[in-house]
Amino acid sequence: MIEVKDIYFTYPTGVEALKGVPLTIGDGEFVAIMGQNGAGKTTLVKHFNGLLKPAKGEVLVDSVSTRDVSVAKLARKVGFVFQNPDHQLFSETVEEEIAFALRNFGFEEATIEKRVTWALNLLDLTEYRKTSPFMLSGGERKRVALASVLAWDPKVVILDEPTIGQDHRQKENLRQFIVQLNGQGKTVVVVTHDVEFVAECNPRVVLMSEGKIVADGEAKKILTDTALTLAASIVPPQITQIFLGLTDFGFSYDVIDVSEAKKILLDYFEEAKR
Amino acid sequence: MAVVETKALAYTYPGGNKPSLRDVSLTIEKGEFVILTGPSGCGKTTLCRCFNGLIPHFYGGELKGDLRVAGLRVSEHQIYEMAKRVGLVFQNPENQLFALSVEKDVAFGLENLGMQREEMKERVDWALQMTGIEELRERAPHELSGGQQQRVAIASVLAMQPEIMIFDEPTSFLDPLGAQKIFEVINDLKNKLEVTVVLVEHRLDLASKYANHVIIMDEGKVVLDGAPREIFNSETAWLLGVGVPKAVRLWRLLQENGMVLEGVPVSSEEATRFLREILKQ
Amino acid sequence: MSVFEGFRFRHVTSPIHRLDPRVKFLYVLAMFVVTIFFTEFLPLLVLFFLQLPFVFVAGVKREWLRSLRGAIFLVTLIFVFNFVFGYLYRSTYTTGAALLEYSLAMSLRFLVLVESFSVFFLTTSPDHLSLALEQSRVPYEFTFAFTTAVRFVPVLAEEAQTIMDAQKARGLELERGNFLKRVRNYIPILIPLIVSAIRRSLELAEAMESRAWGATPKRTNLYVLKMKRGDFVLLALSIVLLAIGVYVRYFVSIPPLSLFLPPLPF
Repeated sequence: MIEVKDIYFTYPTGVEALKGVPLTIGDGEFVAIMGQNGAGKTTLVKHFNGLLKPAKGEVLVDSVSTRDVSVAKLARKVGFVFQNPDHQLFSETVEEEIAFALRNFGFEEATIEKRVTWALNLLDLTEYRKTSPFMLSGGERKRVALASVLAWDPKVVILDEPTIGQDHRQKENLRQFIVQLNGQGKTVVVVTHDVEFVAECNPRVVLMSEGKIVADGEAKKILTDTALTLAASIVPPQITQIFLGLTDFGFSYDVIDVSEAKKILLDYFEEAKR
Repeated sequence: MAVVETKALAYTYPGGNKPSLRDVSLTIEKGEFVILTGPSGCGKTTLCRCFNGLIPHFYGGELKGDLRVAGLRVSEHQIYEMAKRVGLVFQNPENQLFALSVEKDVAFGLENLGMQREEMKERVDWALQMTGIEELRERAPHELSGGQQQRVAIASVLAMQPEIMIFDEPTSFLDPLGAQKIFEVINDLKNKLEVTVVLVEHRLDLASKYANHVIIMDEGKVVLDGAPREIFNSETAWLLGVGVPKAVRLWRLLQENGMVLEGVPVSSEEATRFLREILKQ
Repeated sequence: MSVFEGFRFRHVTSPIHRLDPRVKFLYVLAMFVVTIFFTEFLPLLVLFFLQLPFVFVAGVKREWLRSLRGAIFLVTLIFVFNFVFGYLYRSTYTTGAALLEYSLAMSLRFLVLVESFSVFFLTTSPDHLSLALEQSRVPYEFTFAFTTAVRFVPVLAEEAQTIMDAQKARGLELERGNFLKRVRNYIPILIPLIVSAIRRSLELAEAMESRAWGATPKRTNLYVLKMKRGDFVLLALSIVLLAIGVYVRYFVSIPPLSLFLPPLPF
């Protein structure tokens, strides 16, 4: 469980990134942290594994304050997949890359071998075991980065803007993968500004704006609240936008999913026929 | 008059084990707003690099087939010659800005061309105005947001007054609001200046409404080429896994369930409009 | 790294900031030459104080003091070095006072040099500097490399931090272990940094080519440096400084420090 107790954080450059953020994420939750670029999302999640320590307030991971424990120790529980895989990749082979964190955490060689095989399998990278990560395509490198974090089986997985530069199919695969992870009991935190992606996942949404949390609840409720989305400078999902123009026909606009939209319209036409 | 004409274009990167382009034939007319899309690795970025001569001159290798852009055969002209007619804006705004002030960056291309100072100053002012960033002219690139940086990149390409401007996934690093702003700027340029636009994008939800020509590629070939509505509504686009706009998806779902619908909306505004028409009856 | 603090440009303007960097550089060069003339303490002290009006007019007192502080270590080192070696190989030096003066003078000379360069860099913006380079007929490739490097320093610094964060989040501990282990722990930081720099260079090159790099050998420039009244004044000052320096060196006998000191035990 991650408890953020009203934290404040200012970067050395003077930018006040977090101005009083209270948040609790329970085990096994699936949370999307949303907001404009610069709202403080990445700053917030960097507190979850101790990379950043709050100036005021504190962050507790399983009741232990992040100030009392090293980043390495917290990382064991809280895995962080960075936005750009090239900021992590340095090994000669994909195998070595995945084993890196395991070695840092002091796993035994036999276990490392097994975990690496498992992670490669999970992300469809087995054929690249002995390949240099630099030879792989962008999408494949992202999978290697993800594999290298999942290999040590952290309780919490944080993904920072995982959808950037991905095509539709890759996003769909990612979405299914995240749902699968969450289904296995992992706490999944996704930092993203991709509204459509969140609309398709329908997780708990924590909406941030200018260093504060402005909303915390169901994706559907938050993404369809036009006052909120305007204040937080985010764009509502396409489906919601469509229904916003149909309110005078009696439609409510709290829809974010295409299939649901279809159903609503079909039902209406059925009714109209009679 | 065709601004881009290719016939059986094929290319393999030196050291690559398979071709990135195989048999690409397409035509882009003057004044079109083209969306070029397709799954990752389909060759769209490679194709963009061909349009301004980076392929074959910068990347090496052999470019097979025929390619004419703005009247010039690409393989026969240096990149700096092509640069006067073809502008290319890249994905990462940061790596397109070299100078220590916005003004100097916008002037970069013109300085390279040896333009006289007076004319350069006018062009720079004009480009800054067209992209709406005059108040940023003395700022350093590092101080700007991603969206602002990308607008500087656009201004610096625009300053050379090319006939055709190509944008290779310009909004990848921007949030949806920033992305919208960039599309508006691009559309604005097209309308005011009649420059031909080629936009490579995955975010079809936001960009489709501006296009009047869509080209979809897969595995180095052109698979679909035509008017946006037909293309997005087609089965092939669906199967390719391209991010067909949600409005179109809704339309298809309704049709699959027996509704008879006319037209195809490509944006949420259009979908609303079309639905209202139907609902009124 | 506070000695480098004294070299970083600040976004301030003052009459000194507005001076033509080429003239400022000539002044610094004149200062350099004159400083080399002397191994006596007194003239060097005068030269040191000559910097002060510039520092005050430019409004860079704080940064300048910081660079002074940063230079103290090296200054002390030079003093000790000269003093100890002078003492051990005494044949050249007859009196202790002469030795003391020499060592003090050497360290002061270093300080004066550092300080004059510091004032130069503190009052000259990188783009002003690159403009000066361009107009001084330095080949554009070099000026461009310089400007681009300066422009990307903050970007690379941020990237290095991100890479460190990413690897720390994978259990990398940079503070633990013996010296050898610590050096090896930086490999996961350096490699991504280098690879990223290479990728970045490739993208930059693409963008440059696409904006007609190399179209003509006669590149023009949006800005032009013109010498104004203040620049001519500084130029005259530099020449006067050189002239006085030469005169004092060859025609004036400089009182040694021993005149002002009591007799020393060594």
